[in-house]
Order: sequence, then structure tokens, then C-alpha cells
Amino acid sequence: MEKDIITLAIETSCDETSCAVLKNGREVLSNIISSQIEIHRKFGGVVPEVASRKHIENINIIIDRALKEAGVDFKDIDIVGVTRGPGLVGALLVGISSAKAIAYALDKPLIGVNHIKGHICANYIEHKTLEPPFTCLVVSGGHTYLVQANSYTDYELIGRTRDDAAGEAFDKVARSLGLPYPGGPVIDKLSKVGNPRAIDFPRPCLEENSYDFSFSGLKTAVLNYLNQMKQKGEEIVVEDVAASFQQAVIEVLVEKTIRLAKERNSKIIVLAGGVAANEGLRNLLEIRGSEEDIEIKYPSTTLCTDNAAMIGSCAYFNYISGQNSDLGLTVEPNLELDQK
Amino acid sequence: MKVLAIDTSSVVATCAVLDEEKLLGEYTLNQDMTHSERLIPMVKTLMDSLKLKPENIDLFAGSVGPGSFTGLRIGLATIKGLAHVVDKSVIGISTLEALAFNVPFDGVVIPIMDARRDRVYTGIYRWENGKLINIMKPTILNIDELLDIVDPNYEKVLFNGDGTFVFKDRIDEKLKEKALYAPISLNMAKASSIGELALLKWEEGSEENYFKLSPDYLRESQAQRQLNEKR
Ligand SMILES: [Zn+2]
Repeated sequence: MEKDIITLAIETSCDETSCAVLKNGREVLSNIISSQIEIHRKFGGVVPEVASRKHIENINIIIDRALKEAGVDFKDIDIVGVTRGPGLVGALLVGISSAKAIAYALDKPLIGVNHIKGHICANYIEHKTLEPPFTCLVVSGGHTYLVQANSYTDYELIGRTRDDAAGEAFDKVARSLGLPYPGGPVIDKLSKVGNPRAIDFPRPCLEENSYDFSFSGLKTAVLNYLNQMKQKGEEIVVEDVAASFQQAVIEVLVEKTIRLAKERNSKIIVLAGGVAANEGLRNLLEIRGSEEDIEIKYPSTTLCTDNAAMIGSCAYFNYISGQNSDLGLTVEPNLELDQK
Repeated sequence: MKVLAIDTSSVVATCAVLDEEKLLGEYTLNQDMTHSERLIPMVKTLMDSLKLKPENIDLFAGSVGPGSFTGLRIGLATIKGLAHVVDKSVIGISTLEALAFNVPFDGVVIPIMDARRDRVYTGIYRWENGKLINIMKPTILNIDELLDIVDPNYEKVLFNGDGTFVFKDRIDEKLKEKALYAPISLNMAKASSIGELALLKWEEGSEENYFKLSPDYLRESQAQRQLNEKR
């Protein structure tokens, strides 16, 4: 039996300060997430400088709680994983500076992690026997990616949004409907009572063979609809607008994902990212999956949001395949999926 | 008692190790480059050269500000991380006080750090009987406002900090030959000054912990200021 590898992981790419301790990349010993959502709500969205200030105030408290809850000490840590991008530069810098100091003081390897790969790796924690290859849809406030996972470290970027991320479109539409921030969960909830066929919003599919996405046209269609209704003095049924908008988004996401899975003969589709918690998306994907004999997997709600456990899992797989970083590791706010 | 001190509040990245008797080593880079990339490798180079490990350090000192918001956080996240692992105390030092401490000058020292759009982070200090006294608390001021409040009774005033590169002409115009400037090596942040001030504070009994230590920005975030204006 080989020695267990204990990972300390730090995630500060946006508005969550998170630290986790993992055993062998799949077993979470602790996963502390300090959300700043209440602080940013009054600004109507995440303010980078405010997020960075909160991270530096919180970081060591969160690290300490993660160690205590895991029942480990710094001396038990074998590797230190940290998000290096994509994300808000100032926020990432707090996490990476802290992680570097800890890795240096412990004299243990530092491993920089791609946040998007981290979201995918959340599924290795949730599903203990999940193995690549599989097809993966990563959807969050900042990202919409269609990915083919070829191995634990090789994630092939197949499609991405050309404008707004899916979650961003949710937030913008929610704001125009006068709904609170963040918009995704509210729209998902309203969609359950609204009629998804009430308004025929466009399904933006781009070119025939493209796996890319585009949601800004759909967002504009919703805004135009709202303006027209107001000008005509007609009543706007918020639930129906929410449901019809959500239906348009998830149909596009689901159909492209199913198409890729079939093309690559994937028997498994994995959902990841904050929007993976959207019930409408999960339900439609499961219906379509069962029709095509494809198994659908997604993480629990906590592991869908930004959290350090997923970063720790990814760091572990990077480490065992020899992808260590050095202490000169840089943050990359626009890190691409195919970059190291 | 060994102190490791760091300052990344300006374009200068600097780290130093000292004890009560001497400066053991100091590593300073004054070039526009990413602090996050260079800082820990600099600390490691310095510590390795001195054959020291973080567990040999008794006190960790960092500049709390004012200065570049991002720079301050890089420095403090580093200091807090190091102190946390070896469970030692930390002390935060004002960037301006450290700049004034660079120049033991028989008179008034006014450090100025460029805060853009004609403003400076500044404070007024005076050396009295070998001790550095703070006369005006660190604040952010328009350069003309600062020059207006410089006491006409001051015989000589010594300016240092990166604001001198931007505002030297305006200072000279207003204060004439009353204005003096520090030699170039004392015109910039020095981690040794941060460290020595931390030792003095430690001897006075002050001590902070790595959980609480945070930057002292002197300014709210722009988003918060805009929100305040709306109210
Ligand atoms: Zn994320």
C-alpha cells in the first residue's frame, strides 16, 4: 500500500474564499467555503476590489478551519494546490501568494490548478469510480465550455461561448426582470411554475457543425420582448419569461452536449460548474441521456459552486502525473483550458 | 530574535532578515515586475543564502500600507502564510513610517507615495532625540493641499518616496530651498526599515496575529465610495 497523499488546496478566483484538505484526490477531509455573496449583493454583482479585500481578511482563518476540521496539521500536508486562473486577478493573487508561502515554509510541492479543470474534477470526488474518458459540460457565471476528458489531466476544449457565459446571461436577464442577484437560482425556481413554451425565444445554435455557444442574442431577445410588452402596456408574466428563457438556454446546452457525446462514443456525460446546480438543466439532460443510453453525472450542489476541494482533486491528479509548479508560478486571469 | 520583513507596497519588492544587532541580509528589486512571481523566490534565495529556514524566524513583519492595494495583499498574504505555518507572531508596519525611518535626519521628513491623479499617500514625521515621531497621521492628499499645510516654521523638510519623481518640481516651486531629497537608496522602500520598526514595536509589547493582520488601505474601494455617494 502506497502512502496516502494529503493535499491542502486554496481557491480564491472569485467571491468565495475556500480551503480544503483531501486524501488521495477523491476523499474530502474538509472543504471550508466562505461566501461573500451577501457583501456583493448590495453592489449588484461581484466587485473585484471588494472580493480581494475580503480574501486577505479571511484566508488564514479559512485555512485554519480546514486543517482543524480535517484533523490534520501543516506537517501532515504533502502537496499544496492553488487556483492560478481563470478568475479575478486581484483575488487569485491572494490565494497564490498564500499558497506559495505555505509550500515554501513546508518545503512541499506547489501545484497550480486551472479552475475550470477543478470544476470537472469535482465529479471525481462525488463519483468515486468515475474515470475518463467522458464528455463534460462546464457551465457557470463566467464560463461555458464543452470538453472531452481524455485522461485525468488531458481535457480537450471542444466548444465555448463566443460572448456571454450561460450564467452571465441568467444574471442579466434576472436583473432586467427586477429579480435579485444572483439570477440563476431565482430563474430556475420561477421556471418550475412558469410556462417554458409561453414565449418562443431564439435557440442560438451558430453554424451547423460548431460546438461553440452564443447567448448574447438570446439575452437581447428577452430585453426586446420586455420593452415591447411595456410599450404595448401589456402585463409581463415574470414566471413565463423566466421559464421560456431558461428553456432556450438549456435546450442549446443539452443538444450540443448530447451531440458531442454521440460523436465521441461517450457513455457518460458529466456536468460541472455553478449552473450544473440548475434543476431544469439536470432534468432535461437526464431525459435526453436516457433516450440516448448515456449516463449523466453531476456533483452535489456544494461541489458545483466554487470550492477548494475540487482544486485539491485536480492538484492531486496533476501531481501524480508529474505536473508540479515552481515558486515562480504566475496567476493567469484568462487561463485557457488547454494551457498548463 | 530574528525578523523576516517584506514590503511590496510599491514597484519595489524587498525582503530582509535582521536581529537586534544587525541586518543579516536584504534583497531588493526595483523594477516594474510582478511581485507575486518574484517575492517568494526572493525570500527563498535570501533565506537559503543565510542558511535559515522559516522555523528559525521569530517574528514576521510586513507593510500594511498605504500603497498599491494588490501589492499590499501580496506582501501580507505571504507574511501571514509563513507565520501561520511556523505559528509565530506578525507585526504590520506603516509604509510611510518605514520610508521616514530610512532617513534619520534632524528635521521634518515627509514621505510621499504617488497615489495618481495629483494625489499622494503621505504623513509628516520628525526625528526627536533619535526617535521617529509622527506629527500628521498617514492620509491621502492632493499634492497642493499637502504643500499648503507644511508648517512655514519648518527650517528644512526632507521628502522621499516615489512621489518625489512625480512632484519634485511642484515641491521646489512652493518650498524653494527648504525642500531636501533623500539619496536614491533611501528614497525607496527598504524591508530592513520595516523589520527594524517591527523589532522596536515588539519591544514595546505590541504583537498581532496572522489571522487578523490586514492592509490599511486608507481608502475605501471605488465601488464602496460610489455606493456611499448615492446614499
Ligand atoms: Zn467556478
